[in-house]
Amino acid sequence: MPAIKSLEELKRVREEALAKKQMKAAPGHIQVIVAMGTCGIAAGARDTMKSVLNYIEAENLSGVTVTQTGCIGMCEQEPIMQVIVGDQPKVTYGKVNAEVAAQIMKQHVQGGLPLKDHVLPI
Amino acid sequence: MREIALHLMDIAENSVAAESRTIRMDVVEDLKADLLKVCIVDDGRGMDEETAKRVLDPFYTTRTTRKVGLGIPLLKSAAEMSDGGLTLASEPGKGTRVEATFRHSHIDRMPLGDVGMTMLTLLISYPHIHWTFNYQFADKQGRLNEFVLDDEEIKSALGDVSLTEPDVLRFLRGMIEEGIAALAPQTEF
Repeated sequence: MPAIKSLEELKRVREEALAKKQMKAAPGHIQVIVAMGTCGIAAGARDTMKSVLNYIEAENLSGVTVTQTGCIGMCEQEPIMQVIVGDQPKVTYGKVNAEVAAQIMKQHVQGGLPLKDHVLPI
Repeated sequence: MREIALHLMDIAENSVAAESRTIRMDVVEDLKADLLKVCIVDDGRGMDEETAKRVLDPFYTTRTTRKVGLGIPLLKSAAEMSDGGLTLASEPGKGTRVEATFRHSHIDRMPLGDVGMTMLTLLISYPHIHWTFNYQFADKQGRLNEFVLDDEEIKSALGDVSLTEPDVLRFLRGMIEEGIAALAPQTEF
């Protein structure tokens, strides 16, 4: 069973992650939510998710939680992605392919500026 | 939907919505028996007999956000197109089991797709759920390899550190990718 690389390694990863987190002055928690109902998945939501995760890895972006949700009733706008920065209101984006997801990660999640072209009016 | 791995994610989503605490996902590729089998077992709220029949109907859904369900019927038709089928067993209060089979070599069989990404996505998106993934691969001679991932140990080792911290993500992705690659280096999907 080659399942777990090693728990020791994971513990080390954890210590390092904790240390890095403490070094940064908590910038307010950021939540990224990708809609993954049947409609979202069929429209390519997993590529959207992949792009978000790749971005976090590539930029070493700490303090971002990524989750998914089901169909939110705007199937024609899928893939849909939502971003919540600290206590600011939730911003919902439509037609978020992998490329747009990377833009949102850069401009909104990292830069704090919503990407107006893709915001859905809800 | 273009990949079986995407269907798996879709069916797992139902298990999450059914308030499951533990979800198990099995993928079995058996080249000797010319079989591809995927299975999702949850301990969610389950369905009565009537409902379990109706979820096979594309126009049945409990959701309020749109009028069609589609998830399970889509997987069923994909399985049936390649000499396979779908079975669903459910019991209220106990959980649900969905199994789809395909003839591995069938020309119309949908590609399995990126199973690793499906695992990673589910794992990080629903940290409160206990996930077990089991991917078995048997070659034409019947030699069996297995990749098992039970997230319980990982989560207890991580404690309060988020699964989406970059270092943790890298670790998880590496573990899943290496584990799956070791199963069958020469697999063509």
